[in-house]
Amino acid sequence: MGKAIIDLQHLAKKFGDQTVLKDINLTVNPGEIVGLIGPSGAGKSTVIKVTLGMEVASGGSAKVFDTTMPNRELLGRIGYMAQTDALYDSLSGLENLKFFGLMKGIAKSDMKKEVMHAAEVVDLTADLNKRVSGYSGGMMRRLSLAIALLGSPELLILDEPTVGIDPALRRQIWAELGRIRDEGRSILITTHVMDEAELVGRVALLLGGEVMAFDAPAVLKQQYGVATIEDVFLKAEGVE
Amino acid sequence: MRTIGIMNRVLKELFRDKRTLALMFIAPILVMLLMSVIFNTNSSTDVSVGTVSVSQKLNKEMGGIKHVTVKSYDTKKDAKAAMDDEKVDAIIKKNGKNYSLTYANTDSTKTATVKLAFKNALTATSINQLKSALKQSTKATVKLQAQLQALQKQQAATSATSATAGSAAAAKQAAAKQAAVTKAKSTNHATKSSSQSTPKITNHYVYGDKNTGYFAKMLPILMGFFVFFFVFLISGMALLKERTTGTLDRLLATPVKRSSIVFGYMLSYGVLAVIQTIVIVLTTVWLLGIEVVGSMASVVVINLILALVALAFGILLSTFANSEFQMMQFIPLVIIPQVFFSGIIPLDSMADWVKDISYIIPLKYSGDAVNDIIMRGTSIFDLGFDIMILLIFLIVLTILNVVGLKRYRKV
Ligand SMILES: Nc1ncnc2c1ncn2[C@@H]1O[C@H](COP(=O)(O)OP(=O)(O)OP(=O)(O)O)[C@@H](O)[C@H]1O
Ligand SMILES: [Mg+2]
Repeated sequence: MGKAIIDLQHLAKKFGDQTVLKDINLTVNPGEIVGLIGPSGAGKSTVIKVTLGMEVASGGSAKVFDTTMPNRELLGRIGYMAQTDALYDSLSGLENLKFFGLMKGIAKSDMKKEVMHAAEVVDLTADLNKRVSGYSGGMMRRLSLAIALLGSPELLILDEPTVGIDPALRRQIWAELGRIRDEGRSILITTHVMDEAELVGRVALLLGGEVMAFDAPAVLKQQYGVATIEDVFLKAEGVE
Repeated sequence: MRTIGIMNRVLKELFRDKRTLALMFIAPILVMLLMSVIFNTNSSTDVSVGTVSVSQKLNKEMGGIKHVTVKSYDTKKDAKAAMDDEKVDAIIKKNGKNYSLTYANTDSTKTATVKLAFKNALTATSINQLKSALKQSTKATVKLQAQLQALQKQQAATSATSATAGSAAAAKQAAAKQAAVTKAKSTNHATKSSSQSTPKITNHYVYGDKNTGYFAKMLPILMGFFVFFFVFLISGMALLKERTTGTLDRLLATPVKRSSIVFGYMLSYGVLAVIQTIVIVLTTVWLLGIEVVGSMASVVVINLILALVALAFGILLSTFANSEFQMMQFIPLVIIPQVFFSGIIPLDSMADWVKDISYIIPLKYSGDAVNDIIMRGTSIFDLGFDIMILLIFLIVLTILNVVGLKRYRKV
């Protein structure tokens, strides 16, 4: 096991006098999918934003690729998908992909290949020339995910990527995420779908501004003496 | 490279928003057409002129001109009172040989009408005077000739009778003397009337000055206003939308530089402003027939700089707005005061501290510069001061914007 791709140590974050994150310790290793679960408002998105350097930490340290964030250059190696579909409505899916590809610094010669691959994974190839304003909610979500996948980044940070996506396509996406992991790339993913939490390498349960539990799903289930991650989640919340 | 990418994207978005685009280009043309119609068609307004110690002839001559009524007053005070009561639009007072004209000037077309009427009447009367002088002198010559003929006859008659030779010589002498006197008198008269035809005329304006209210004077400011207004609003809205939809966050999650975003916006809106200015300039020149003395390219350059200032301003203020409605609230705060201080209303008539405010109004500088180019043909290289101030605005605002984006990404 090499150096951790993401390394959060004693991370704290306050918004005004509201303490959202108290003491977060979290690592993501190369070739690993880490799932971040927790009740709504627990601070999952905040962890991601601090990791990316979009919010500044009130305490502790956030390192990505062994470099303290925020760091602009590193962003080119990270694929980020926000919780909201941030897309340009008046542009087509293809134009959105190309624009963000350019911003990520993908070379012109690789652009077409990258765009086509990303579109294929999310099953959008047929709708690429449609304007985003004419997309359905799920299509927007898929386009948003495709943008994150562009350029085969070494680290993917996905904030609830599968909301509004049908089961068949969700399975297809998870297969792709598995392939990415097998290539040695890393993924940090938040989700409210507990079935998905079963599929990750390690699960971090965020509660009360701290990581309550952080281990492989099987280990967690054993620790809590329950059959599913969903039960782990409910038990942890109930116990608290 | 990324800057160009952002520019292309913003332009693409802009050109797909047909309605906004139409508004940007058609609204200025419509408003300017409307204004030119309003400001230029009421040239047939009736004016009334109060005169003080002006010759009967001139009064009559002016009264004869269409749309002009003349009232004679005994003193300037009476006339002034009438003007205050809005009974007369202008006062003409004769001081010795010279004329002093006072215009209420609340309506520039009335002022122009009075000016023209007075000039015409003055020329007409002096021509009449010349005519009568000429008549007089020709009459005198005719008389002289008759006298001379009579004299010659007399001479012929008397030559036979030399007895009366002495008296004839005396008569001849007297006739020559008389002729000389009449001639002198008539020439004197003629020169007197010709010197009377160019009296000194001084103009006074109760409100504003001779430039007040002319459409031509407003045009440069109007042009700048349209550019500023649309670029400010549309760019502000665009960035606001980027922020609220989260695309700004997403953009900032790529290695793009903050300055690239600001410059990308500047380039795209610069392109738009250039097109808009060209459309406006061509409209004014071809449709409204306004003369541009200087170079049109200079006009475009000044407006381009103004557009960039407006853009930087729009982007900066959009960070203080949380919705498009809140962005609209900046219009009465930012746009309207600019119009007041931009020179549409003469600044000379304002208090000093109010005048000082105008120094921080970008529209004033662009208005001054474009005014000089359009009306006086000033070269853009002689407008260094105005351009420099605009550039300072631009640089300061741009730096603020680049730094301000730190709110959304810390590097
Ligand atoms: N910019 C901000 N300013 C103030 N408070 C914020 C800000 N961003 C997040 N918060 C607060 O931080 C807390 C955690 O928010 P966060 O978005 O991280 O939750 P989450 O775990 O992602 O929830 P969800 O599962 O619903 O997405 C919330 O109480 C929220 O109100
Ligand atoms: Mg969230």
